[in-house]
Amino acid sequence: MSAVLAEMPESDVSKTVAPATTKAIAPSKGGRPWTFYVLAALFAFYVIALYGPMFCIYILSFQDIRGGLVFPMKGHSLHWFVDLFTQVRTGDVKGSFDRSIKLAVIVTVITVVVSFLAGLGFRKRFRGDTFVFYMMIGSLVAPGLVLGLGTGLLFQALGLNASWYTSALGAQLSWTLPFGVLVMFAVMSRFNHVWEEAAYDLGASRWQSIRLVMIPVLAPGLVAVALFGFTLSYDEFARSLQTAGSLNTLPLEIWSMTLNVTSPSLYALGTVTTIVSFIVIGASLGTIVLIQKKRGSRAKG
Amino acid sequence: MQPSPTQSPAQSPTPSRSNLAGWLYVLPLVLVLVPFFAAPILVVLAASFFATDGFGGLTPGFTLASYVEVLHSALTLKLYLATIKFTVLTWIFTLIIGFLVAYFLVFHVRNQLLAIGLFLLCTVPFWTSNIIRMISWIPLLGKEGLINQVLLALGVIRQPLEVLLFSDLAVVIAYVHQLTIFMIVPIFNSMARIDKKLIEAAIDAGASRFDIMRLIVVPMSKSGIALGTIFVVSIVMGDFFVVKVMSGGGSASVVSAFYEDVGVLQYPTAAASAVLLTLVLVAIVSLILRTVDIRQEITR
Repeated sequence: MSAVLAEMPESDVSKTVAPATTKAIAPSKGGRPWTFYVLAALFAFYVIALYGPMFCIYILSFQDIRGGLVFPMKGHSLHWFVDLFTQVRTGDVKGSFDRSIKLAVIVTVITVVVSFLAGLGFRKRFRGDTFVFYMMIGSLVAPGLVLGLGTGLLFQALGLNASWYTSALGAQLSWTLPFGVLVMFAVMSRFNHVWEEAAYDLGASRWQSIRLVMIPVLAPGLVAVALFGFTLSYDEFARSLQTAGSLNTLPLEIWSMTLNVTSPSLYALGTVTTIVSFIVIGASLGTIVLIQKKRGSRAKG
Repeated sequence: MQPSPTQSPAQSPTPSRSNLAGWLYVLPLVLVLVPFFAAPILVVLAASFFATDGFGGLTPGFTLASYVEVLHSALTLKLYLATIKFTVLTWIFTLIIGFLVAYFLVFHVRNQLLAIGLFLLCTVPFWTSNIIRMISWIPLLGKEGLINQVLLALGVIRQPLEVLLFSDLAVVIAYVHQLTIFMIVPIFNSMARIDKKLIEAAIDAGASRFDIMRLIVVPMSKSGIALGTIFVVSIVMGDFFVVKVMSGGGSASVVSAFYEDVGVLQYPTAAASAVLLTLVLVAIVSLILRTVDIRQEITR
């Protein structure tokens, strides 16, 4: 998905789709086939079903102290947000929130660097590349809880303490790296090798061609990898469950809340964590658009 | 399109040197995957052959007792049937919705920028918390939830429907809600690569709308469907929290039973069941991979 957004204006899709579509699928300008209206209705329904429930809990989290888990709204206040961060009974939300952000930042940095290098490596065939590739796919599809348990037992057997910044960090990387590398694959496949060749012809070293040619050209794709790294880590649950040790990350906190908290506090937490996600998504997409725009104006000028 | 990876123009030294360079680049990846994927899987495999004292202590050894226990239990069959039921239902719904949404975006939205915008609109929730998206169904599906309130007000029903929340229906709804995106993205990608001239030619040759769908769009979206299927199947089969929360404890799946086993420190039984599940998953995924070379598909 990120490949699409990372390469928006220059994707080869844009060149082929536009003129042909108007002719083939929709013959005349105003006239749409009946399937268009059916599919448009289905699409609208899908989007409403996708966002509707989420917005319900955001709205319900702003009730006052009488609030319950369902509509109708009972008053409006920020009571449940205050409750969330001050009450002990709901657990250590603030601490887990801090930990989750820190962990997500660490995971993001490692994911971007390792995925970028692996993306470079996988451009050429080398002995054993298929093995590494399928190990990565295995890491992606393996049940998270099973991997988490295995990691937990491994740490136990080695006499190491499980904690969020060691075992949970590794467990999360086993989930974010395959995504990161797959995104890099999609990004790299659109990279024109001529530019790199030109850099070598002009006497650039391997490191110079990476730093001065590849990284700037691939920047939007790298932002997309970072977006995956951060959000997948920030929301990761199954793999962290057996590996986070005694201190919870935020999704683990939410999980324990779903089991024992039945107040709008739970929804307030949902609203807070979604705001963080939206900020990160907005910042990433904004950065990509900005890079593209800058390039567009430079190309014109 | 682009040159294939094998013909990469960047200096081509002797094979052994390019092997070394390739390995150097993927070395960090391998250094993460070995201790945090390969080793844990081997640990689980080993634990499935160990004996236990019943209190979480493991005695190294080799016994098939755990496998015998898992395979002889009537519960195992029930769990697998439940898991397969959820997987198949989720797969069917995500496939139909995902295919139609992708088809709409690629073939019906004329403005390219609008298509990308709508596509992003579909993907944004993917980057937010799955747990939150799951519990967000509670105010809608609950006994006093919005859907029951509306249906009662309209006079369609006299008693609130109880099957909406904490039921198998709720589990499937939550899965479809979370996973349709995994179908949309790869199917969208493969559909976007279909040359529109092909469809134009088919129309000129007198093909009906149904023929175009059957003979061009579906076959050429096959790789996307295969990729989406791998994601949906492996996530549903490996999931436990949707089943646990949305069924209200009424249903169980293979992994949620595994979770209970771990909770009571029955590591060898849990490990044996995990190994069996992984084997089933590997069989399904490799069956799908036989129909499509995903590596070539992604790099294309």
